[in-house]
Amino acid sequence: MLTHSLFFYFFSAITVFSAIMVTISRNTVNSVFFLILVFVSVSILFIMIGAEFLGMIMLIVYVGAVAVLFLFVVMMLNVTEQITKRSSRRGLINNISVGSIVGAIIFLELLVVIGGWKYKANFTPLSSANFDISNTRALGNILYTDYIHLFQISGMILLVAMIGAITLTFRKRENVKRQSYFKQIIREKQSAVSLVDVERGKGVKLDD
Amino acid sequence: MIYFYSFITEIYKIIFLLLPILVSVALVVWLDRRVWAFVQKRRGPNVVGPFGILQTLADALKYIFKEIIIPASANKVIFILAPVVTLTLALIAWAVIPFSNDMVLADINVGILYIFAISSLSVYGIIMGGWASNSKYPFLGAIRSAAQMVSYEVSIGIIIINVLLCAGSLNLNQIVIAQKNVWFIFPLFPMFVIFFISALAETNRPPFDLPEAESELVAGYQTEYSGMMYAMFWLGEYANILLLCALGSILFLGGWLSPIDIYPFTIIPGVFWMIFKILGLFILFSLVKAIVPRYRFDQLMRLGWKIFLPLSLIWLVLTASFLFFLDMLPIKG
Repeated sequence: MLTHSLFFYFFSAITVFSAIMVTISRNTVNSVFFLILVFVSVSILFIMIGAEFLGMIMLIVYVGAVAVLFLFVVMMLNVTEQITKRSSRRGLINNISVGSIVGAIIFLELLVVIGGWKYKANFTPLSSANFDISNTRALGNILYTDYIHLFQISGMILLVAMIGAITLTFRKRENVKRQSYFKQIIREKQSAVSLVDVERGKGVKLDD
Repeated sequence: MIYFYSFITEIYKIIFLLLPILVSVALVVWLDRRVWAFVQKRRGPNVVGPFGILQTLADALKYIFKEIIIPASANKVIFILAPVVTLTLALIAWAVIPFSNDMVLADINVGILYIFAISSLSVYGIIMGGWASNSKYPFLGAIRSAAQMVSYEVSIGIIIINVLLCAGSLNLNQIVIAQKNVWFIFPLFPMFVIFFISALAETNRPPFDLPEAESELVAGYQTEYSGMMYAMFWLGEYANILLLCALGSILFLGGWLSPIDIYPFTIIPGVFWMIFKILGLFILFSLVKAIVPRYRFDQLMRLGWKIFLPLSLIWLVLTASFLFFLDMLPIKG
């Protein structure tokens, strides 16, 4: 048990430290790397409390996909400009006051919600839980039976967001030539090549 | 004291897993170059040692003694961290690969998810290297590879779900045992083909080696790297290729199972079958490298998103309905 708690404090210290570094590091790209470190150590904490499925999904979704997009966007920004803007002292103080107010509000909200938390009436305590069923199976059993409607609604919301993003960014430009595989494949020799007798001094006129 | 003892045994196990993998990476680089050469009617490396088998060792020695050059405008910490991340991620994924029934370092419940997570992390080594070099070509290479790896991960994920539906477990050993009667390559052959091509794209192998396309980008994200750091990228790349070969043989070719379950085959231990299968897939990888020209980037993205993703989704629906209506689901309830 001692090693377990040692590991727990080690990883939670890393989590807290890198969460702080996300906000105070000067370089934006470094912030994103610290954010990735937060995700990784949170997933390790998930694994330590026995939720291995959630930990792996955290790693795949957040680190493997979301953080890559963050990194993608941040690397496109001009980083030197960001550094000079951040390092002015007044800006830092202003940001800290606003940030701490927002943080305090969120903390209070969490306190209210978690303080009034009631578990499901027939919630099985950990001591009598069935350890034969694997994590993944237990989660699937609940997700696809009791909570199927919520699950499908969240899926629909994601789908709508995806379609919205595509329609917002998609525009058809007129003067861009695109490769059409279908046209290329159905092109025949007769329609593409013709044999012409060239008259002397006149040449051939191309019509397209 | 007991903790200490188990700690030492774990370290032993890890070393005895990592050393063979690093040695086999060296051998496999030699094999790759030989196969490549034979397709092109050359001899390939054949001077150092018998059949040139020690060529990679000589190359590694050369890399060790070369100077490591760090560009003046590079972000030094991330620049040095990038090859380390690549190699580490390529090696830690081997922890869950079962070489035979009990030869596995960590027999965890979510083994396949673990491998998927690690392989989706391996894009970071490339992005970090490309960005930290602070120069055009590495950055272009890094951006290309990020887009490419994220896209092909999606289709690999759906193919893995196909296999999981048939196997009924996320544990790699259970997936192998589920293929006792028939290897999954037979019912899921189209998925195997798509998995193989996606694996080529995932490891930046030709014909999808656009991140390091030498005709456009010098050497892509590796342009500014030299000496041992370059060698680490290179080791990581090949360890990743071997890992995907191992994953392919576990998911589709029955892992450590012998092809026919009768006497002369069963006498050979499972670890040999596993190695044969990995090597077979690897030779396919290097043949593809030798005979196929490089894709254009928009064609690559089109292949990933418009062909492989819909195809594997349709096959997923087919597999699920087939298993459900014929009442063949491995786990009921």
